[in-house]
Amino acid sequence: MSEKMPALNVDELQNIANKMRLDVIEMTTAAGSGHPGGSLSAADAMAALYFRVMNIDPADPYKEDRDRFVLSKGHAAPILYAALAERGYFPVEELKTLRKIGTRLQGHPAYHDVPGVEVTTGSLGQGLSMACGMALAGKIDGKDYRVYCLLGDGELQEGQNWEAAMFAHAYSLSNLTALVDRNRLQISGNTEEVMALDPLPEKFRSFGWNVVIIDGHNIRQIIEACDKASRSKKNPTVIIMNTVKGKGVSFMENNVGFHGKSCNPEEYAKAVEELKAVIR
Amino acid sequence: MSGEKLAQRSYYGKALAKLAETHPNVVVFDADLAGSTKTSSFQKAAPERFVQAGIAEANMIGVAAGMAASGKVAFASTFGVFASGRCWEQIRMAVAYPKLNVKIVATHCGLSVGPDGATHQALEDIAVMRVLPNMTVVVPCDAHEAYAATLALADYDGPAYMRMGRSEFPVIKEEGCTFQIGKADVIREGTDVSVIACGQMVQTSLEAAEILASEGISAEIVNMATIKPLDTEAILTTARKTGAVVTAEEHSIIGGLGSAVAECLAENEPVPMGRVGTKDTFGESGEAEELLEKYGLTAADIVAKVKETISRKR
Repeated sequence: MSEKMPALNVDELQNIANKMRLDVIEMTTAAGSGHPGGSLSAADAMAALYFRVMNIDPADPYKEDRDRFVLSKGHAAPILYAALAERGYFPVEELKTLRKIGTRLQGHPAYHDVPGVEVTTGSLGQGLSMACGMALAGKIDGKDYRVYCLLGDGELQEGQNWEAAMFAHAYSLSNLTALVDRNRLQISGNTEEVMALDPLPEKFRSFGWNVVIIDGHNIRQIIEACDKASRSKKNPTVIIMNTVKGKGVSFMENNVGFHGKSCNPEEYAKAVEELKAVIR
Repeated sequence: MSGEKLAQRSYYGKALAKLAETHPNVVVFDADLAGSTKTSSFQKAAPERFVQAGIAEANMIGVAAGMAASGKVAFASTFGVFASGRCWEQIRMAVAYPKLNVKIVATHCGLSVGPDGATHQALEDIAVMRVLPNMTVVVPCDAHEAYAATLALADYDGPAYMRMGRSEFPVIKEEGCTFQIGKADVIREGTDVSVIACGQMVQTSLEAAEILASEGISAEIVNMATIKPLDTEAILTTARKTGAVVTAEEHSIIGGLGSAVAECLAENEPVPMGRVGTKDTFGESGEAEELLEKYGLTAADIVAKVKETISRKR
């Protein structure tokens, strides 16, 4: 449970997720580039983590016992920045500096430039290793913080993830929860056509992980899965979240064209209209 | 100068055992080579802070970065080819860019690895580590300096790469010597030529200086134990004194110590210069002495390079 923050209900969290979606559209459009698709698919998980699940304090972003978050799919930086800004780590207005010269909000997240960013990511396949290091440090130091790592599905094609998966099991990193944004699209198309990942749950199970499969746009399921993971006594847990790339903006949904492209003025107007219609 | 032959990696191991006592925040990573890299001595002293990563160097660097981001000082060791090459991009993004406290300590660098052959002889590692922003690159000249440098790196806040050889070779420094990152030291004074060397080639340069002295050529020997940040003041001081510079390293002449010194001299004090090192080639199997001779890394090779270089003095 977040500090200094009343427990938000699922509807309130859903509203925050949609506000974060609007932030993503605003900031990537202002930047003229960026990765909206994979940011929108992760919005609900990010709202649940930053506003309900994780023990964090924006006023003391590096307090020792904080839960840690690693965005392994670093190109989804817009949704991380949106979560941090909406949660109060820095002003929401700053989001519009995304990707511009001199900004803290680099195209991919840079360690300690932005309060709340725990490591540097962007080159795919490395975040889970870093998350393992944080989780093992916690075990060595006898701390009870948890580490959350958001992975893209496409990046699971990088072999280093499986080195890390082996490591997490070998060191019984029960304090580690990985979340896979299983939106089934990567730049070149469907993940199963580019380089098949399925059977993905079996892969993780065979590496010794607890596997929970959920609807990644159902906030109640996300919270319950995180709670379940936190009760693990021995093994790390992966939550495979079935998601829709571009979720929340009709013409972006399941459209790989918006993996790494921002909106033109018409698309922007339509996206804003759709999102504002669902935000209270 | 006892001339006693010692392996640097053994003294790296001794230093880690010392750090196990004095530095509770130090953690040590191994990729299934603890017996060879001598991290096994830390494993013995502080098993709870020793991390066996298995044969998975990329993950090892990432985990070390995560540990460093959690307040640990992480030493990660394997052979030089793997430490600098297999996980270069992991080092670049996860360690160097965020300036994390990860010390990559490579053993078995250079031709003197011997019979294992070219796959295991790191001759490019200084080049690829030196090019990374925020990275400090240290190449101690003997076992005692390796010990001191290990302790110094534990107290240095930031990423670093330290390079050591495999074999035993004569020590130059005294036991208990100190090490200052970024400071070169003049091991032997001279007036006709400066030989700037690192690692095992410092000892070879001293042998060359003896030969040169017998022929009436006075060589100044500089131990450049930190390649980055480079002690440009020491380079310019010795270059202005002698008017000619030769570099010597157990590494490619491309991108390593020779290149770093050349960059400094070309911009500040152009003097005749020559480089001793491997010449854009891989190594091969053989005994260390045989390889050093075949690839032009002996005292005689330094002598020849010195003579050629000083002949270009005006």
